[in-house]
Amino acid sequence: MEIAVTTPAVPPSESVVSRMRPPSRIGDRAFHWLTLAMGFSVIVLVVLVGWQLGRGSQLAVTKFGLSFLTTSTWDPVAEQFGALPFIYGTAVSSLIALVIAVPLSIATALYLTELAPLWIRQPLVSLIEMLAAIPSVILGLWGIFVMIPWLRTYGFAWLKAALGWTPFFGGPIYGPSMLAGGIIVAVMILPIITSVSREILRSVPNLQREAAYALGATRWEVTRIAVLSYAKNGLFGAVVLGLGRALGETMAVTMVIGNTPQIKASLFAPGYTLASVIANEFTEATTDIYLQALFEIGLVLFGVTIVANLLGQLLLLTMKNAMTTRAVQ
Amino acid sequence: MINSSSTSKPAMEDSTSAPESRKPVSNAPEAANPAPAFRSRNLSIFYSNKPAIKDVTLDVPSRKVTAIIGPSGCGKSTFLRALNRMHELVPHTRVEGEVLFEGQNLYAPNLDPTLVRRRIGMVFQKSNPFPTMSIADNVLVGLRLNGVRNRKVLNERLEKSLRQAALWDEVKHDLGKPGISLSGGQQQRLCIARAIAVEPEVLLMDEPASALDPIATMKVEELIRELCAKYTIVIVTHNMQQASRVSDYTAFFFLGNLVEFDGTDRLFSNPKERQTEDYITGRFG
Amino acid sequence: MSDNLHTWRKIKSGLASSVATVAALLVITPLGLVFYHLLVSGIGSVNWDFFTHLPKPVGEIGGGMANAIVGSGVLLGLASLIGVPVGVLGGVYLAEYGGARTNAILRFVADVLNGVPSIIWGVVIYGLVVIRFKSFSAIAGGLALGLMMIPLIMRTTEEVLLLVPNGYREAALALGISRWKTILHIVMKTASKGIITGVLLAFARVAGETAPLLFTAFGNRFWNHNLHEPIAALPLQIFTYAISPYDDWHRQAWAGALVLVVLIFVVNTLVRVLTRGRTVSVL
Repeated sequence: MEIAVTTPAVPPSESVVSRMRPPSRIGDRAFHWLTLAMGFSVIVLVVLVGWQLGRGSQLAVTKFGLSFLTTSTWDPVAEQFGALPFIYGTAVSSLIALVIAVPLSIATALYLTELAPLWIRQPLVSLIEMLAAIPSVILGLWGIFVMIPWLRTYGFAWLKAALGWTPFFGGPIYGPSMLAGGIIVAVMILPIITSVSREILRSVPNLQREAAYALGATRWEVTRIAVLSYAKNGLFGAVVLGLGRALGETMAVTMVIGNTPQIKASLFAPGYTLASVIANEFTEATTDIYLQALFEIGLVLFGVTIVANLLGQLLLLTMKNAMTTRAVQ
Repeated sequence: MINSSSTSKPAMEDSTSAPESRKPVSNAPEAANPAPAFRSRNLSIFYSNKPAIKDVTLDVPSRKVTAIIGPSGCGKSTFLRALNRMHELVPHTRVEGEVLFEGQNLYAPNLDPTLVRRRIGMVFQKSNPFPTMSIADNVLVGLRLNGVRNRKVLNERLEKSLRQAALWDEVKHDLGKPGISLSGGQQQRLCIARAIAVEPEVLLMDEPASALDPIATMKVEELIRELCAKYTIVIVTHNMQQASRVSDYTAFFFLGNLVEFDGTDRLFSNPKERQTEDYITGRFG
Repeated sequence: MSDNLHTWRKIKSGLASSVATVAALLVITPLGLVFYHLLVSGIGSVNWDFFTHLPKPVGEIGGGMANAIVGSGVLLGLASLIGVPVGVLGGVYLAEYGGARTNAILRFVADVLNGVPSIIWGVVIYGLVVIRFKSFSAIAGGLALGLMMIPLIMRTTEEVLLLVPNGYREAALALGISRWKTILHIVMKTASKGIITGVLLAFARVAGETAPLLFTAFGNRFWNHNLHEPIAALPLQIFTYAISPYDDWHRQAWAGALVLVVLIFVVNTLVRVLTRGRTVSVL
């Protein structure tokens, strides 16, 4: 065996190869670890939030236990802290918001994907995105000075005249109220439900529609049979995501809901939500236990919104998975 | 590279023929430097445990054009990419056997693939000049990102590479223009210039002309013949006429196996294996 | 009989279409109403004073929101110091490294984080920073906004990086360029426009946030001279003025709202112009 001698195509002394730095394994490793650490920051963040909320509410949690969630008295002076009025307020305002927003959003999504002439679609989508970009505090501003006065004189008055015999629409009209809160939250969640629904509907394969048309179905029937039933899970996911958004809505609600910790049947009565009480009273919390109770409210809010978001994302995932398996078939 | 003794010639045994003494291939052009650029020994590559090429033993002659032909899925691209460890970009790959380049095993455990790829360049089927860079920046990106700063050196290399790629005259006044503003054939020659600029010893080409029109293809083929004076070239092609026009040696792959390897003229006029003959005459494709 | 049924089906279909059209109109009505009132109530008060003067003492007429506008800028700057690097590099990890399983989990967690009410971030930073340093501060406010930005920017960065064709990565690696340089100089450079628009969208989103600032930045009637002190912010000022009993402050709240909305819309339009065709949405 002769000794190996390299004879490269270009003599190395004249070449540029010798001027090149040898590649650094360190560079690759370092960059990999750096980006990995940044990627995992989301996990760190979630843990951080849970930890801070837990730590800040520890005493309150041990002191009140589960009765925190069922007591309806919120009296900081007497150091009585029950979260029920806020749970009620968050639940009812979100429910109202969903009742108003879901039909409107899904119908709009349908309009955008199935019915609208092509030239309208992009402008309309842009308008909805603009609505989504309006900060909560500005919508609240409009709520206080425009929406509530109008509701007090017209909207609520009509409702009371028509439905005042029901417990929901009985009672005096002040203006700031649970119903006002629900309406403003509805406006805030319209864009997200519309946009997610639109994505879902767009992903329904055209084959479904074509098959239904081929059977002689009308436009509405095609929509109902081929599109809506196929997209059921996804649409439900969109609704749940909207709910998650509604639960956490803070500024606009705080400005129009009246901020009174009470549980009344009438929707015209002022209410209070989990997010609002934190926003209003956090800086006024004079005693430790008061602050701890507010931290605990934060914990409840965090838990509830996480569950809603988790559920919504999972529903969207199941629809995506179902679609890929169906496509394979 | 191991200096071969005078008895061994460029034509090498293929893995499936009966053991026979090494026969010189009489109509293969005599090489000035007969030692092989690559020696693959029992090379097998698995994607997720499925073999893409099996037990390939082949010597790629240096400073010659070697074509790799075969029907789609036969493993020719896999073998090509194994020569500069580009197949490793696919997850879950496994390699058995070795590839010797200049006497060194490319798959030695501590060898940085980046080093390998500086010596062994690659040109792809779809030309891909970097979209955010000018023509000049494209050519020089390999040098710059590897630490070469000297303006004089860079300008020299720029002109030299573009000349070698037969592109200099066409773009010398437009070096600042975006790389993607060139025509398809020009873009491919730009990619060749880019690959040459880092002064590799080998150019691997994966169907470099398949996306080009006939005139651009012709230019690229001429370029390949010119370049093989300086570089070892291995080209994968599904076009047999191209292989016979352009290459000195041809390897025929089928279903992951190297079926036959011989001087191009010899392989096309008088193939030893039945499968080779069937493919060449178009009985399957 | 079948004729009647057919007609009825057609009527139903027509009705459904009308309902959908009406719904679409109703959805964009609030947008129109809000804009109308912003203009009507706000435009008169957006003047030189507004941009250059500090707020007057409680009850006095006049003054402006200069400190709030500057304060918002400072907070955004602070927020981006943590939000942009962590978000972009995290997005790089998701797009270029990471196994399928790990990345699915990280994406999921990022999406869930995006759904956390912004006031919770305020509570968290209050516990982490405000209590420790015993004061409200610009740093606390910037941190709260910055943490909010991380999952937003991470997802948009990942999206645009995945759009970069693999051919470019291969070509760079084949030149013997190391992986990290390939990602930094080739891939990210190709996607730079998309990355920037993702960051801009996060800015626009976070610029309008009030809740996380309520007990971190807290607000300030005067100029902020030290990042460890409370600082004014435009959305905070709007809120404080809106719920106050003073008419002049209400007037200024409308002006502030108009300015804020215009700024946000300018950024959004800029993004739309930059991404003509492709979608980068942060809804």
